[in-house]
Amino acid sequence: MKVDIQNHNLVPKHEVISESEKELLQQNSDFNINDLPKIKITDPVVKELSKDSDIAVGDVLRITRKSKTAGEFISYRIVIEG
Amino acid sequence: MKEFIKKIERINFGLMSPEDIRKMSVVRVETPDTYDSDGYPIENGLMDPRLGVLDPSLRCHTCGVRGGDCQGHFGSIELARPVLHVGFGDIIHKILRSTCNECGRVLLNPEEIYNYTEKIEEALANKENISDILKEVYNKSKRDIKERPEEGEEVDEKFCCPHCGTPQLPITLDKPTSIFQDDYKLTASEIRERLERITDEDMYILGINPKVARPEWLVLTVLPVPPVTVRPSITLDTGERSEDDLTHKLVDILRINQRLVENMEAGAPQLIVEDLWDLLQYHVTTYFDNEASGVPPSKHRSGRPLKTLTQRLKGKEGRFRSNLSGKRVNFSARTVISPDPNISINEVGVPEMIAKEVTVPAYVNDWNIDDIKKYVENGPDVHPGANYMITESGNRRKINEETKEYILENLKPGDIVERHLKDGDMVLFNRQPSLHRMSMMAHEVRVLPYKTFRLNLCVCPPYNADFDGDEMNMHVFQTDESRAEAKSLMRVQEHILSPRFGGPIIGAIHDHISGAYLLTRKSMKFTEEQALQIIRKSHLSIPENDGEKWLLKSDSSESSKIEKEIEKATKNVRGTKVDKEVYLNTLDITEDEKAKRLKANKWNDEEKEIIKSIAIERKAAEIKEKYADDSDISSSHIIEKLNGEEWTGKELFSLLLPNDLNLTYKSEICKKCGQCDKTLRETPIDEVDYDTLCPIDAYVVIENGILKYGVIDEKAYGSMSGQILDKIVKEYGPGRAKEFLDRSTDLAICGIMVTGITTSLNDEEIPEEAQARINEHLHKSEEKVDRLIDAYNDGYLDALPGRSLEETLEMRIMQVLGEARDKSGEIAEDYLTMEHNHSVVMARTGARASMLNLTQITSCVGQQAVRGGRIERGYIERTLPHFKRKELGAKAKGFVHSSYKSGLDPIEFFFHAMGGREGLVDTAIRTAQSGYMQRRLVNALQDLQVKPSGLVTDNQSNVVQRIFGDDGVDPAKSDFGRVANFDKLIEEIRLEEGK
Repeated sequence: MKVDIQNHNLVPKHEVISESEKELLQQNSDFNINDLPKIKITDPVVKELSKDSDIAVGDVLRITRKSKTAGEFISYRIVIEG
Repeated sequence: MKEFIKKIERINFGLMSPEDIRKMSVVRVETPDTYDSDGYPIENGLMDPRLGVLDPSLRCHTCGVRGGDCQGHFGSIELARPVLHVGFGDIIHKILRSTCNECGRVLLNPEEIYNYTEKIEEALANKENISDILKEVYNKSKRDIKERPEEGEEVDEKFCCPHCGTPQLPITLDKPTSIFQDDYKLTASEIRERLERITDEDMYILGINPKVARPEWLVLTVLPVPPVTVRPSITLDTGERSEDDLTHKLVDILRINQRLVENMEAGAPQLIVEDLWDLLQYHVTTYFDNEASGVPPSKHRSGRPLKTLTQRLKGKEGRFRSNLSGKRVNFSARTVISPDPNISINEVGVPEMIAKEVTVPAYVNDWNIDDIKKYVENGPDVHPGANYMITESGNRRKINEETKEYILENLKPGDIVERHLKDGDMVLFNRQPSLHRMSMMAHEVRVLPYKTFRLNLCVCPPYNADFDGDEMNMHVFQTDESRAEAKSLMRVQEHILSPRFGGPIIGAIHDHISGAYLLTRKSMKFTEEQALQIIRKSHLSIPENDGEKWLLKSDSSESSKIEKEIEKATKNVRGTKVDKEVYLNTLDITEDEKAKRLKANKWNDEEKEIIKSIAIERKAAEIKEKYADDSDISSSHIIEKLNGEEWTGKELFSLLLPNDLNLTYKSEICKKCGQCDKTLRETPIDEVDYDTLCPIDAYVVIENGILKYGVIDEKAYGSMSGQILDKIVKEYGPGRAKEFLDRSTDLAICGIMVTGITTSLNDEEIPEEAQARINEHLHKSEEKVDRLIDAYNDGYLDALPGRSLEETLEMRIMQVLGEARDKSGEIAEDYLTMEHNHSVVMARTGARASMLNLTQITSCVGQQAVRGGRIERGYIERTLPHFKRKELGAKAKGFVHSSYKSGLDPIEFFFHAMGGREGLVDTAIRTAQSGYMQRRLVNALQDLQVKPSGLVTDNQSNVVQRIFGDDGVDPAKSDFGRVANFDKLIEEIRLEEGK
């Protein structure tokens, strides 16, 4: 039996963003994309995601979490070697 | 010394070669003496003036700079024989063990050497840590033979050097400085020779960079002598010279060194030379570290161990922790604190003694020169005086009787006078442990008599201060920038809201709360005279009186608003054509003349004034008319009160509330009966009778700044939970909140002085009938416990899911006994009413103590616990010898039936002591643990910064959070941690609209 960890209620929504979105993110923020928090390519979530799309080192994941105060907030992680 | 700025590009750590030491040295120290009989330093001695000078009247023989300005120069001692450096014993041992005893190559085969070199180079290029690789190298290159081979015996290859094939005898370190090969002690010379043999390439994989350190430099042949400024000699009052510990140690080293040279030159027997050599090693060792294990510490004549190099740096009193990380500062003061309810929360009372010691630099200019002259005239001993004067050129002059006149004559703009602290100065006030930002706040000075710092009681919670002997520190700002910054960021009023929970942390405590309750409760009525006394005493302004009635909350702010607008509008008015016409109409002249004069527009001064007053009148009338329609808003909430009528406490309290404040909440005394919510739900809103809504007047309604219903207690303006205070800070700003706090605490104290407050054991008295009910209840509970035990013994007891039978029984018993205590408390509470019982008033209003404390005194102390359960420990299978083995009853496991008032029997007392001890130990451990946790957290977060956009990064610009807290909410401005409380908002809007 294999469980899809993305369906677990404690795992927030992860999705890969496209190159154009990545560029847009870089343009609209005052940090370098490479300084974003990191996630290993061997991370279970990344492995799961790479079944549907190719994920390479340097890709950025958008993570949507629930928040008591903000309702929903979006954070990003950059995929690194692992 | 010339000053210039350079940028440090990098720092390289390495060893000093003997050549480096000699090059740096200005004196070869040879004589083990300091001064000659005339008191002059001996040439080539330890106090040679070439090493620098201490006395400012002398000049350094090396650089020619005066003493005090010359930092000194190093000298050197040529050691007759090499010695090991104590700090390097370990490293030397590791290197010797990893290299061949014969050829000095690393005990690894060429392939391994190549691989490790590659690995280290790669790690260095990536700026990674190489310590793991080095550990591996040292482990692999260990080839010690377990036992010494017999003569001619074949030795296994793995114990031999892969380069020359020599068997490797085991090398051991006898701490700190003796190294043995097998059982032969290697001399320092032999060790040095071996270290010299190691090639640069081999060194690299042993973790030594040959560019900055050769391993043989770990063995000393030359000893650097620190300059005299590092080891100054002091002249005692008796004229005797006393030398520094380091100098003493260096004298020892020189003496032995000299004897060693003499003996060697005289060709003394090997044994004597070796003894002296060992002695030299001992002295050099203790010179570096006088607490090295295995070496007896070298001592002063008096028997005190010498403080040598390591001791100077190490530990809490060492250079790092005591002089570099933590420094003593000027312009600071520390003394005991005591309370003063009469000063503002923004103020701190400073003893005059301190005010005369710590100073503020005042820059003299044309406008303040007269004031400053007064300070100078007062001098250092009269309070608003001054201690020092600094001229524009930077000369510092002490102000005293002799210099006073001269300074007064020459004082001119541009000079700086260090004047005493006076009322209104900003200072920083701090209490350790400084755990959060509210531990350091800026206060305004109030110079007061006596010797303690005085602070307002409302600031006790943020500092966590009490007055059982606490001391606090004060720092005086020395620049205008720091003062301005502190005033806007660190002032007490800016910290009323805590970022910890989004509510006020500065607020009323203890007597403020019980006082406000006693003042505002329903039965409280004052005569007019009493009421006015209270108002005056608590520094409130006397309400308006129109001759027959008092106008409470007569909207002075509203009318002043109009006045202000009129003033603004008429400030630069000169009168228009309309006004001139009005003026001309008052004159007795013809229409033609009027028109002529208007056209000419020429007026004398008198006329101009008249026209101006006409214009002002007209404008004022216009503005007043504009507001005439709104006047009902302001007049609707004025309480009118006929002269001579009685005042209620609620009316008095209403005087401090802002006029447009609307608020409802349930106060601390609320018993959570739910009656009010039920009534509100069931009756239409405009039919609710608030007067009878809550039987204990706990439902607070504030309508347009008037306290209509409910009492004031902790929930209103207490520290941590004050609702009114919270709303005032958030909606009217910290300035208004400070005023509210200062005035309301004053009012509460005045209120408590009218009624008085007292408590005694009588407050914990309950009638006999109540005692009988409690006893009966406890008896029943005990029977219940016994029945449970019987059920367990007879096997009827059903185990709870996931629990064993024993656990189930234990839990059920705990539950029954817990209920027993609660119920007995409830019975007692029925007899403890707030009417005439101040203990209960204090507990219920949240001022101090709790109902649990009171019921434990009156009815039953309850179950004592150790480690979260009933008491188990003591004798074999029982807690005390008074019980049978395996007895499970209430009394046998620490249930205390008695109350504190009736007194505990010896068994109960013993159990109570067990529980009490655990509590004490727990708190002691918890503070230590949480302190360390806090320290680690602070260290982990200290370099994070929030950018203006809300981005949180660390010092390497890594993103930590895209928006701080992931929601961008400032917790201090949130509503007790929530972004907004909609129920509360709706209720307030409803009140504002008049239901």
